[in-house]
Amino acid sequence: MNARSFLINGLIAGLLGGLIAFVVAIGVGEPAIDDAIAVEEAAAAPADTAVHDHDHDETEEGAAHSHSHGDEEGGITRGQQAGPGLATATVLVGAVLGGLVGIASAFAAGRFGRLSPVATTALVTAVGFVAVVLAPWLKYPPNPPATGSGDTIGERTALYFGFLAISILAVVAAIIVARQVLAGRSAWLATAVGGAVYLAVVGVAFAVMAPIDEVPNSFPANTLFEFRVGSLITQAALWLVLGVVLTGLVNRAWNRDVDDLARRDAAAAL
Amino acid sequence: MSQLNPTVSGTAVTPVAIPVRDLAPWALFAALLAVVVTYFVGAEQGAFSLFAGSDVHEWVHDGRHLLGFPCH
Repeated sequence: MNARSFLINGLIAGLLGGLIAFVVAIGVGEPAIDDAIAVEEAAAAPADTAVHDHDHDETEEGAAHSHSHGDEEGGITRGQQAGPGLATATVLVGAVLGGLVGIASAFAAGRFGRLSPVATTALVTAVGFVAVVLAPWLKYPPNPPATGSGDTIGERTALYFGFLAISILAVVAAIIVARQVLAGRSAWLATAVGGAVYLAVVGVAFAVMAPIDEVPNSFPANTLFEFRVGSLITQAALWLVLGVVLTGLVNRAWNRDVDDLARRDAAAAL
Repeated sequence: MSQLNPTVSGTAVTPVAIPVRDLAPWALFAALLAVVVTYFVGAEQGAFSLFAGSDVHEWVHDGRHLLGFPCH
């Protein structure tokens, strides 16, 4: 097993994770997006009752339903957004996340005490999910269409990626400290100290960084909750499939390497 | 009562870490790929705009929302 095989296995695992996430998103994410767009259109309706008929004509051509940017939608329909568009996003993101997890697993293998490559890969995937998905989800939960202000998109993007970066750097710091502790002491202590370092860093960022509170009070709470949970389930599905497939591929490659070693030893003993 | 007992079975096989020098080029490649894809799925024609219009934004729209990126 080398860095290249870890990367390729990661890309494959992530691609499959993205495909499954697409299917899951259709079930648990799309209904809430449709509901949110319906809320937006209902709110917008009184303002353009006069042009409503024109809007309808456009609907026949399939353009008017993609929400929010009024008339400048460029002909992409809701069906395209919820079908091939969504699949493009989940598969591409899944593949690159898989590549990163694969490389991180290649780095971790052989560097976590006596853990096997399969165990370190599972650990990397689990930690990755917490750092990349769960922590940002808790601090800056995703919002459905029609709940954010276009004016603050720059600020919200900076906060989201800033928190994500802090979360990832906190993992790096936790691992560095844990490895220091591990030298000569118990794996339990190293893990506990590492976890504490991560929680401390992310906890401070969580408390200090500005909140985002833009969802209008009139927006239906159930739709918001359904969307946020749907988003979490979609991403959990991506990471779960990524982890299961990648550990499977790493397991197969590792067992092959171990068998080769045994065979070489047996040959050398002759 | 049965209990969990330790036992010594043969010699364990442990992995040898891949040197950082061998990992670096692949890590760089994966990181660049991730940045480009994350940019286009997560931020193009939202917070930033390399291309005019909103076709990229609209195409990945549902994915951008559901994968947790900030959107309008």
